[in-house]
Amino acid sequence: MSGYAEGVLVLLAINIVFAYGAFLPIAAGQLNLGVAGFAAIGGYASAYLSTNTAIPVLIAILLGGIAAGVIALAVAAPVLRTRGIYLALATFALGELVRATILNLETVGGAAGYPVAAYIGLPVIGCFAAAVVVLVALLFATRFGIAITAVHDDERVAELMGLDIRGFQIAAFVLGSVIAGIGGGLYAHHFNYIEAQYFNISLSISIVLYVLFGGTQSVLGPLFGATVFTLLPELLRSSAQWRYVLFAAIVIVVMVVRPHGLITGTLIRRLFGDAQDLGLGRRERRA
Amino acid sequence: MERPIISQQVVNGLMLGSIYAMVGVAMTLSIGILRFLNFSIPALFMIGGMLTWALVHIGVSWPLAALAALVADAAVALVVEAFTWRWMRRAGPFIPLVSSMAFLILFEHLAVALFGSDLQTLPRLFGTGVDWRVGHLIVSIPQLAGLLISVAMVAALSLALARTSMGRALRTIAEDSDTALLLGVDIGRIVPLVFLISGVFAALAGILFALNYRQVDPFMGEVLGLKGISAMVVGGMGNVWGAIVGGMIIGLVEVLSIDLFGADFVDITVYGLLLLILVVRPTGLFGGAEMGVRA
Repeated sequence: MSGYAEGVLVLLAINIVFAYGAFLPIAAGQLNLGVAGFAAIGGYASAYLSTNTAIPVLIAILLGGIAAGVIALAVAAPVLRTRGIYLALATFALGELVRATILNLETVGGAAGYPVAAYIGLPVIGCFAAAVVVLVALLFATRFGIAITAVHDDERVAELMGLDIRGFQIAAFVLGSVIAGIGGGLYAHHFNYIEAQYFNISLSISIVLYVLFGGTQSVLGPLFGATVFTLLPELLRSSAQWRYVLFAAIVIVVMVVRPHGLITGTLIRRLFGDAQDLGLGRRERRA
Repeated sequence: MERPIISQQVVNGLMLGSIYAMVGVAMTLSIGILRFLNFSIPALFMIGGMLTWALVHIGVSWPLAALAALVADAAVALVVEAFTWRWMRRAGPFIPLVSSMAFLILFEHLAVALFGSDLQTLPRLFGTGVDWRVGHLIVSIPQLAGLLISVAMVAALSLALARTSMGRALRTIAEDSDTALLLGVDIGRIVPLVFLISGVFAALAGILFALNYRQVDPFMGEVLGLKGISAMVVGGMGNVWGAIVGGMIIGLVEVLSIDLFGADFVDITVYGLLLLILVVRPTGLFGGAEMGVRA
């Protein structure tokens, strides 16, 4: 495989992991605009562990994800008392705060960036991405997935049915942050270098775009969205700056034609029959 | 170099804050009336600034350049409306967000493609003679004019919201757009107006930024947009006067923390404050309007 193709595939796998990190809270009706911040926490924490302790790389990456989850829990518990856009804004503030803090943290290189010694290649990263897709799909086939969908579709009814709404929203948010943190760890150990500026609001926005573009009604949506978003700019590479312009225009037009994202519950059912049991085609939201 | 006195820093903070305030007002209108976090507002800010620079650069006089940038931004705001809220009102709250984010990417890279990604500098348009000296303080008249323009615009806006039938229609939409439709409010005509007004605020902020700070680049909207969002949250979402005060507070916090802790810590203090307010008092310092507009 050429170095270029491998590079694109690594990026694709990492973007898929990031996308599922953003998908879980969105599926529960909450927007995380600080995905990049949680990815940074996971990336830096795992890089610090693998560089300065005897902990093996793979364990360090998982621990980095857990570190991101702990921070997510600390923020989500107070903020989720309120409704609507507040969590989105709080996560946005947290993401920027994490970036600004790392820039001033000399133990991990500050603004100069942080070199990472241990290396993982495409096979490991691909396995992580596949595991994340399979685990999230399995999760959505359980009672947890049904409850998340219920909370997303109608909080009031879900509450009447006796579901602990805040509990499920916090769980989805924290789990998503763990996944984003793992994505950050994969990134750090593949490129052997991380800098805080990479994990900025643009990255968070792009990741959210993968998910909403792909569609939030199916667990396949983020996979599809991340794939299109990673490969399309590569295919359009010939036209230099204009490829982003063209790319954004395509997104805008697609959202007008398919406001629920590319992969909807109806589409899945049309293609695969009634696949609800696999959690593939979650129910359409009020048609 | 002598360390500037603290009162001068306060003046500088308020001037910078007035720019944040205008972006904050644009954001808060969109959130308050349409419940729509409009990410194209940073792009409108950038277009206002970049177009002013581009026109001045080719020899157009600055008032004409500013006017042209304002008109262009108003048109762009209407285009954004046509592709976001109009189509996707019923598709859930996150969908217009996607399109507005895509518009941000589109306009940023359009600006890069047309003008390059370098920081561009405007010529000095006003001599030092326009600085107003009060004791030791230096107040730049163009900046003061910017501050007064933004306060006057918000005053006019809050009066219109409270007194006119258009204001009543807007407040009804803010309450519940379905009910507004039932009551005979012409949503299809009124909503573009919201985009237009908030677009004009964002454009003016961009134009004033270009004229006063004389530096523009295609990604200038991102930082200012984040500061505008902070101003909106501090003031309480949907509260237009709150956004003005919030902008001033963010401007002051920024300038004073540069003075006290150094430039590296600015973002930590600003976003730390934002996160703290969201966790402790999510309705902002002055209470929001519970997602409705409050003048």
